[in-house]
Amino acid sequence: MFLLQANTTALFNVADLQLIAPELILTVCACLALVMEVILPYRKSKLVAWFSLLGVGLAFVSLGLQWWSVADSLPLDGFYGMVRIDGFALLFKAIFLVGAALAIAISTRYLDIEGEQHGEYYALVLFATVGMMFLACGYDLIVLYISLELMALTFYVLVAFTKREKRSNEAAMKYFLLGAFSSGILLYGMSLLYGIAGSTNLGEIGHSVAAIVSATPLGEATGPSLRPMLLLGMIALAAGLFFKIAAVPFHMWAPDAYEGAPTSVTAFLSTGSKAASFALYARIFIEAMNSMRADWAPLLGLVAAITIMVGNWAAVTQENSKRLLAYSSISNAGYLLLGLVAGNSYGYTGLMIYLLVYTLMNMGAFGIVISLRRRGIIGDNVDDMAGLAQKAPGMAAMMTIFMLSLGGLPITGGFIGKYFLFGGLLQRGAAEGKSWYYWLAGWAIINTVVSFYYYIRFIKVMYLGDRIADDKPLALSPALQTALGVSVAGIIFIGVYPQPLINLTQKLIAPLAAIGAVALK
Amino acid sequence: MQHLLTAIILLPVIGGLAIVAYSLLPGRRESNYKWIALAFSVADFLISLLLIKGISAGVREFQFVDDVLWIGSIGARYHVGVDGISLWLVLLTTLLMPIAILSSWTAIQKRQLSYYLFLQLLAGAMVGVFVSLDLLLFYLFFEASLVPMFFLIGIWGGERRVYAAIKFFIYTSVGSLLMLVGIITLFYIYGTFDYVTILNAMRAGSTTLAPRAEFWLFLAFAFAFSIKVPLFPLHTWLPDAHTEAPTAGSVILAGVLLKMGTYGLLRFNLGLFPDMSRKFAPVMITLAIIGIIYGALVAMVQPDVKRLVAYSSVSHMGFVILGLFSFTEMGMQGALYQMLSHGVSTGALFLFVGFIYERRHTRQISDFGGLATPMPWFASLFVIASLSSIGLPFLNGFVGEFLIMLGSWTSNAIQHAWIATMLAGTGVIWAAVYMLWMLQRVVFGPVTNTKNSALKDLNTREIGLLVPLLILMLLMGIFPRVFLDRSAASVNEVRTRVAAPPTGGSFASSKTSEAPKRLAP
Repeated sequence: MFLLQANTTALFNVADLQLIAPELILTVCACLALVMEVILPYRKSKLVAWFSLLGVGLAFVSLGLQWWSVADSLPLDGFYGMVRIDGFALLFKAIFLVGAALAIAISTRYLDIEGEQHGEYYALVLFATVGMMFLACGYDLIVLYISLELMALTFYVLVAFTKREKRSNEAAMKYFLLGAFSSGILLYGMSLLYGIAGSTNLGEIGHSVAAIVSATPLGEATGPSLRPMLLLGMIALAAGLFFKIAAVPFHMWAPDAYEGAPTSVTAFLSTGSKAASFALYARIFIEAMNSMRADWAPLLGLVAAITIMVGNWAAVTQENSKRLLAYSSISNAGYLLLGLVAGNSYGYTGLMIYLLVYTLMNMGAFGIVISLRRRGIIGDNVDDMAGLAQKAPGMAAMMTIFMLSLGGLPITGGFIGKYFLFGGLLQRGAAEGKSWYYWLAGWAIINTVVSFYYYIRFIKVMYLGDRIADDKPLALSPALQTALGVSVAGIIFIGVYPQPLINLTQKLIAPLAAIGAVALK
Repeated sequence: MQHLLTAIILLPVIGGLAIVAYSLLPGRRESNYKWIALAFSVADFLISLLLIKGISAGVREFQFVDDVLWIGSIGARYHVGVDGISLWLVLLTTLLMPIAILSSWTAIQKRQLSYYLFLQLLAGAMVGVFVSLDLLLFYLFFEASLVPMFFLIGIWGGERRVYAAIKFFIYTSVGSLLMLVGIITLFYIYGTFDYVTILNAMRAGSTTLAPRAEFWLFLAFAFAFSIKVPLFPLHTWLPDAHTEAPTAGSVILAGVLLKMGTYGLLRFNLGLFPDMSRKFAPVMITLAIIGIIYGALVAMVQPDVKRLVAYSSVSHMGFVILGLFSFTEMGMQGALYQMLSHGVSTGALFLFVGFIYERRHTRQISDFGGLATPMPWFASLFVIASLSSIGLPFLNGFVGEFLIMLGSWTSNAIQHAWIATMLAGTGVIWAAVYMLWMLQRVVFGPVTNTKNSALKDLNTREIGLLVPLLILMLLMGIFPRVFLDRSAASVNEVRTRVAAPPTGGSFASSKTSEAPKRLAP
């Protein structure tokens, strides 16, 4: 404290605030949303939703301005290296903002039907988004951990938001207990890392780790070394993050939490939270522990292989569409891990594009599930979609596109994302001359076929039967329809003409890809 | 003329969109969808006739080339072109589309909008498959043709349509995903997806494939195509899909979709991996012969006419594989010819099955008998189509199968090729047995079932849609040179790559044009 006071003039540069302008805007909006909730009468709480959307829009504009003004001078460090704005962070922030906007848009009508239209909901979504955005630009273990907890805590509340629902409460409890546990493991790994490196700054940790690794090559007796401890730290970090992205064997919470949570929260949880956890994963493993690639790449590869298999096979037998999509999101976590395992330009491009596409298609799929929730009808079973093609052909067509994209068929964005993920693996395999990369890619592709089976089930019940589940109209709202339309348009555009997005992504992540390429031997 | 191929691909897609646009008009009438679909598909056929002018005998380069960069960062191009091999397959596709639409005129009553939409999308995708010269584009069209067919079988099919549709989808997508791995691997070896560039690099010998790589690549491609053909023992999806599909679906499935497999083998497997093609020739020929005999024997005992025709496809397509892997000019030309002739004859047979199914709602052979009495037109035309499928001289089936057997007799792709040829030759005999026996039980004899005695004969529309096919049967049987001359140069191009040094078995190219002349005195 004294130290801080002594340096008051240099505590932080006010100009640094510009770096986190989008986050600041969101935070202010979230606080205002809380106030609005108290002032406005219940039946007008929907105004908060529009206000929050406006906030997200403003944050997006400010992000765009930031990108436009500093694109040439990246990366920018601020707050004594606590925050780093680079292409990676900008891209992830854009994904989070898209996710948040879609999440708000699909919630408005849904919360009315659930009878839980409260302004806090939107404030919580905004706070969670702030947490995600700091996860993308944090460059210090402390910042990263705090933003992770900010995100996680808001999600615990959001999952329990329909407080009169038993399922929702149960899901929140499970999610909270396991999430807190995993945060503990993560923190343990971080503390080990700090103990070894003597710093919480990722860049400095990176230097220390590289020094330790190069000083004690594996297989040579060089006396006492920090390397085993480093390995322990790495494993603890990896395990904590496996929890967050719901990778096997730490995936047990996901189906329960996804099924019990309000559907709009499930949508945001499965996209935003997962993308943010991947941002954290990429930051720590690439920037701080890149020199340990030889240790963590096989670990991640193995986990990815098991995750893809378990997620896909378990999804086949599900009857509840939210639970089915939960398993599908587990398997998608496995596919996304492949991008980290590949660790080259292709892999990272795949990671980014697939995360964006995944956000769009999962939001869309959950949006359709939301439209089936009407008064008196829960509508979250696969069978509730029976005959949707006749009742609401437009919605059925959109759901079909989301499912085909999740399956990775060409002309959809899902194909482009998967293409880059698999291509990155093959490229890495060719560069390192190791055959397990090929086997991993082959394994992932074979399991993709399994995923066709359950994605097609949705199409099957919607189109191939003559039975119609119920004749009540769907719960649609302009916001929901716009969100779905935007998602479909994005998926198709990325699928048909991905070139601009690929160019942008490759340009933005070039520094990161360069780090990945250094370890290439 | 510059963008003729693109126009042929896009016109049906535009037609599909036109149908959707029309359906949004206030004064729409459901009965008009088929008129729009018919108009666009007829227009598509007419402009595709322009292709014939561009491919004169002896042309070996690709014509009507469109080549635009599509996804620059992965080097994927929109590269289409047509040569002697693909010319006739494109024409077959565009010819069968109006016929398929006409055959659904009264048969399809439910959900006509989506039916004609899917048919139009399918047409675009199928043409795309035959003209793509970029491997990624090829994969894209290959997969894109899958989805509309899945819906056609699944929505408008018979009783077990859902099972058949899903089986069809899963089977084909397993193969095509393995092909995708092969395509990406080729990309890493040659740095491009472009078929022509890869072929030139192979010819120049600047980049050669390691035998081990070629082995796996050949398998990946061959697996995908063999499922589609289908080659024994990967054929089990076919009887289900054919039997359950609506008439138009069966016509297109047999007429065009199966040809994608053999076309792929000819263009990609033989063209890109000639060494492995030689190594695998004994395996492929053995499987082909098992398929010929097995398909015929199983067809013989089918109680269901449509299933009988479906199994006869397995047998006929076995001939195509036999011809392709004989590596003689006659064999390969015959294989190409057999592809066309099978599309025409089997397409027609499925139409006939559709006619009686529409009248009696049964396809069991035992329910019919003596149809010649109430339906003379039907009976006589049915007999002609059956004879062409058996391979009666002067009709199309004869030329293809005879050329194939001539080619395989003189082939040196395997040892003792004459044994293979003799075994294949029994297939022709079996074909006569099952077709004639079926005719005897369905068409001839006394009317055994009183329900059949009052059946209406074919109406003008039904005869009209058969006329082009019947004319083609005669034309292809009498003037095979019209077709063979234009494909000779392109087929020889592939043959010179794949054939072992000629030791007397193969024909010099100057003699080719005479070979078919001798067949049809």
